[in-house]
Amino acid sequence: MKFFDDLAPMDHFRSEDMSLVQLIMPVESAQLAVSYLGEIGLLQFKDLNEEKSPFQRTFVNQVKRCGEMSRKLRFFADQISKAGVTTYPDSASEEVIDLEQLEIRLSEHEVELLEMNRNSEKLQQTYNELLEFKLVLLKAGRFLGSAQNHAVMAETELVENNYSMKDEDGLSLLEQSIQPEPSNMAGLRFISGIICQSKELTFERMLFRATRGNMFFNQAPAGEQVMDPVSGEKVHKTVFVVFFSGEQAKSKILKICQAFGASCYPVPEENNKQKQLAHEVSLRLSELEVTLDAGMRHRNKALASIGSQLWNWTIMVKKEKAVYDTLNMLNFDVTKKCLVGEGWCPTFAKPQIKEALHHATIHSNSQVGIIFHDMDSSESPPTYFRTNRFTNAFQEIVDAYGVARFQEANPAVYSVITFPFLFAVMFGDWGHGLCLLLGSLVLILHEKKLGSQKLGSFMEMAYGGRYVLLLMALFSIYCGLLYNEFFSVPFYIFGESAYKCRNADCSDVHTVGLIKYRDPYPFGVDPKWRGSRSELPFLNSLKMKMSILLGVSQMNLGIILSYFDAKFHANPLDIQYQFIPQMIFLNSLFGYLALLIVIKWCTGSQADLYHVMIYMFLEPFGNLGENQLFWGQKELQVTLCIHLLYREMDVFSMCSTTEILLLVLVIIEVCLILYADIIIDSGHSGSSLDAFSKTIYLEETTDRGRTYGILGTSEMDVDHEPDSARHQHHEDFNFSEVFVHQMIHSIEFVLGAVSNTASYLRLWALSLAHSELSTVFYEKLLLLAWGYDSIVIRITGLVVFAFATAFVLLMMETLSALLHALRLHWVEFMGKFYHGDGYKFKPFSFKLLADEED
Amino acid sequence: MYGFEALTFNVHGGYLEAIVRGYRSGLLTAADYNNLCQCETLDDVKMHLSATEYGPYLQNEPSPLHTTTIVEKCTLKLVDEYKHMLCQATEPLSTFLEYITYGYMIDNVVLIVTGTLHERDVQELLEKCHPLGMFDSIATLAVAQNMRELYRLVLVDTPLAPYFSECITSEDLDDMNIEIMRNTLYKAYLEDFYNFCQKLGGATAEIMSDLLAFEADRRAVNITINSIGTELTRDDRRKLYSNFGLLYPYGHEELAICEDIDQVRGVMEKYPPYQSIFAKISYGESQMLDKAFYEEEVKRLCLAFEQQFHYAVFFAYMRLSEQEIRNLMWISECVAQNQKSRIHDSVVFIF
Repeated sequence: MKFFDDLAPMDHFRSEDMSLVQLIMPVESAQLAVSYLGEIGLLQFKDLNEEKSPFQRTFVNQVKRCGEMSRKLRFFADQISKAGVTTYPDSASEEVIDLEQLEIRLSEHEVELLEMNRNSEKLQQTYNELLEFKLVLLKAGRFLGSAQNHAVMAETELVENNYSMKDEDGLSLLEQSIQPEPSNMAGLRFISGIICQSKELTFERMLFRATRGNMFFNQAPAGEQVMDPVSGEKVHKTVFVVFFSGEQAKSKILKICQAFGASCYPVPEENNKQKQLAHEVSLRLSELEVTLDAGMRHRNKALASIGSQLWNWTIMVKKEKAVYDTLNMLNFDVTKKCLVGEGWCPTFAKPQIKEALHHATIHSNSQVGIIFHDMDSSESPPTYFRTNRFTNAFQEIVDAYGVARFQEANPAVYSVITFPFLFAVMFGDWGHGLCLLLGSLVLILHEKKLGSQKLGSFMEMAYGGRYVLLLMALFSIYCGLLYNEFFSVPFYIFGESAYKCRNADCSDVHTVGLIKYRDPYPFGVDPKWRGSRSELPFLNSLKMKMSILLGVSQMNLGIILSYFDAKFHANPLDIQYQFIPQMIFLNSLFGYLALLIVIKWCTGSQADLYHVMIYMFLEPFGNLGENQLFWGQKELQVTLCIHLLYREMDVFSMCSTTEILLLVLVIIEVCLILYADIIIDSGHSGSSLDAFSKTIYLEETTDRGRTYGILGTSEMDVDHEPDSARHQHHEDFNFSEVFVHQMIHSIEFVLGAVSNTASYLRLWALSLAHSELSTVFYEKLLLLAWGYDSIVIRITGLVVFAFATAFVLLMMETLSALLHALRLHWVEFMGKFYHGDGYKFKPFSFKLLADEED
Repeated sequence: MYGFEALTFNVHGGYLEAIVRGYRSGLLTAADYNNLCQCETLDDVKMHLSATEYGPYLQNEPSPLHTTTIVEKCTLKLVDEYKHMLCQATEPLSTFLEYITYGYMIDNVVLIVTGTLHERDVQELLEKCHPLGMFDSIATLAVAQNMRELYRLVLVDTPLAPYFSECITSEDLDDMNIEIMRNTLYKAYLEDFYNFCQKLGGATAEIMSDLLAFEADRRAVNITINSIGTELTRDDRRKLYSNFGLLYPYGHEELAICEDIDQVRGVMEKYPPYQSIFAKISYGESQMLDKAFYEEEVKRLCLAFEQQFHYAVFFAYMRLSEQEIRNLMWISECVAQNQKSRIHDSVVFIF
């Protein structure tokens, strides 16, 4: 134990030491101070105004102003992207302007832009109208022309039709004669216009119904797309001409046109006039086009100049808003003209923060300095690990399960190696490993480029875990070499095989087996095993046992970590009544099994370990000599086994036929002792369960007076004290609750020890599945296709093999092995010691702010 | 197969039910309303709403806000959600969802027709229409002169067409006619919806028939109260009541002959579920009746969420968010006009 105490502390093993600090800032320097703190990004402010709604807070107006500014900035960005102006952030001319100036400038720009938009919109509308008119003239003129040609023939018919219809409608014939159109003897009139293509069908139907079929509808696609002024999109339009008769019909049709948003344009019937008009319209169109272009150029220039600054401004406004949001979390003390803030910061960052606050005082010409001092708290501090880009992904893996409790042993330290290693045990193939390695190297080499751009969800994931991927690939290569697999092909890398066939033609490899003729293969699995009769039994036994060894050692590591935790938090109860029984239980069962495995490997014995393990329980006093398989071993082994068995008996305190039941009883007994201690314990302190918070509590009660003494304000009495951390949470000690909890915990551990060990067998299962799958792809796809003499079949086979390897083996198998490795860490390993009920340190930082938005 | 929805419901309806329940959890809570009620200006309202689901819809509005903008944007959110659900829905849920909009359609038709009768600009009227009740040729309604034309020109294309069979007359449109038309349409719509839900069966039928019966009864009471003192005959009044609901048929007979509000009260108090509503209201008063009905409706709608595997949650969600928008409109109006003391007069807390 002394040895462990002397070990150098690991940086990453415990989260940073945190302190609760209080800041008392004069109003004039508060804003600057907070923005400096944002630059450092190592202080997490506590919200002291939680009960206040957002608009009741002190700096609500500033927040609103920032919101308004960011709205304007969004408006600019929207306009810029709509106009299609490409802008480059102009980092050279980074001028320093303050918020007021920026606000004024932004509103100036907005007014200017809105004005320009309005003008250009008006022009655009006129332009569109003229364009539509031109189209109508062009198309409708054609209808009218052809109509006039046919008019002579159609006239009589139309007249008849009209008369008969009018009669039915009961209108007098006089009416008809009152409105003779000079140009059209049939009394036919027409309306021409243009309408959206999508509405054209219903429009026609509606016209038909409204006029009871007394109309003639002619339409043609406009050919050109016309800009819709509202949405700014180009739409297909259709030119139409409706022929009808009667005044009532006209008003109806006009109403319908209006309802459908169709614009009507008068088209003169004479060809000359039409031509003349068309000419005029084209003239005006070209004039307008010039004006529009000039306006557009002007606008684009304005937008480009805004665009060059937009990025800086956005950042600035965002920072300001964050500063005011933070200031809103502080308590405002009106009489003293100062702001009181509280927050967590890592202890190492204190000098840095103090310096920044000092600078802020000087830069804001404040008479009074900012007071910065420690406070005591019973609240558990946030968890903060300083990670780099390599460890970050591993920390994320652990955090995904639960953020570590404050200063709890951090499993991420071990995950850095164990996670990729367990993955590789399942993914062992050095061919696939090389592919993964290439992929991860590409990601790492292009780290800078990829980091700055937006990636898809899958790439994002791969990029985030690039270093995990790298380690996974390296370990896969290592395990692949051990398994001697390269796309399921064995290679003779480390010399000759130790085995040879019995006869020259190797015909009986699958039936009889091989004979050994020289020293064992120096590294990994002998390549000759591949395809032989004993390949599967051998590999299965190897991998199964290896899984158990790995599992037992990883679980032991977990339990040992719980010892360090208990030690660190000075909790001897946990060591005596949790760590020691757990160690003994796990190791007397599965530790013993692991030992047997190692001995069996070392000695090459034929013993049946199932039998040993089962009869250890069924007949603990039975003569092991009856176990035939076991009898032939060396004497040392027998005595070791018996010794272990008896030790186990010893641990389980009494002999019984059903050991497990007894063990549960023992554990419960152990728990009972634990509770007895707790009861005594709680009787003394009257507080909570663990010694850690107890000491804090004691310290705090003594320090309370001092903390308030500094503030010394009459307003801040204890009730209105903003610090929520100081509110005591007296946990009621409930014996039955703790008892039940602990009982569940012990039963879970006992049952879990069995099921967790079994769970590690997934290492074997997945590794087997992986190698079998790659064998199938290799033999049934590639070799089969290669057997044919046709180049087409060979290439097809190769392509299918490549795709199967890439998608099934490299992607899906990677994912599944990854998930299984995750599970082994989360459940089997971390379940032994990790609480994971802390909360993350979220400092107020401008850097995080910028990342968040992207 | 009643009782076995759990087996198959999620095949088609599970995703959308999850969606709608997610939407529901975005509805404003009592705490939100309490905060909103403390607002001093509309900007405060906007600021508070920016932390809710309405945030993205309001964030790009320039600062001098108006009540209409807030309501418009909130409605836009509801419409977006509805459209999302409709896109994802399969039969018969899509039909069910479409049924929900028919009520808005009827209101829009009435709005446009009344508007044109009073010679208002069509474009202006269109802006006032509820976006859920829009259909292609709605603007053409202005062309029609009488019921027959209305039907023949426009409504024959819409799903409302079958409901018109009761009210096709060649009379010219006037205010009274239109009101009768609205109620006849609504009656036919409710009955049709009711039958549709019965056909769907299961929990949907059970819950929807309860909700629709409440709706029908509320309309019956409103029709009665509004028609007191008008020239509507008893028989005509009787005809406007929907042929289902708790009041059908005996309550309708009694309501048809009511002459004042206290008689209506006398009729309604015979029905236990409505007793509590009228118990809140003093004699002779009809102002608070609407609020009392809304409160009862909200309570029932919330209960619809207690059961799973049925379509009534969609109906309930649409109604609840409509109520929420009404609340927001009232709050913003009170805030804008500095009448904060009256805020609680009409706000119905949903949770």
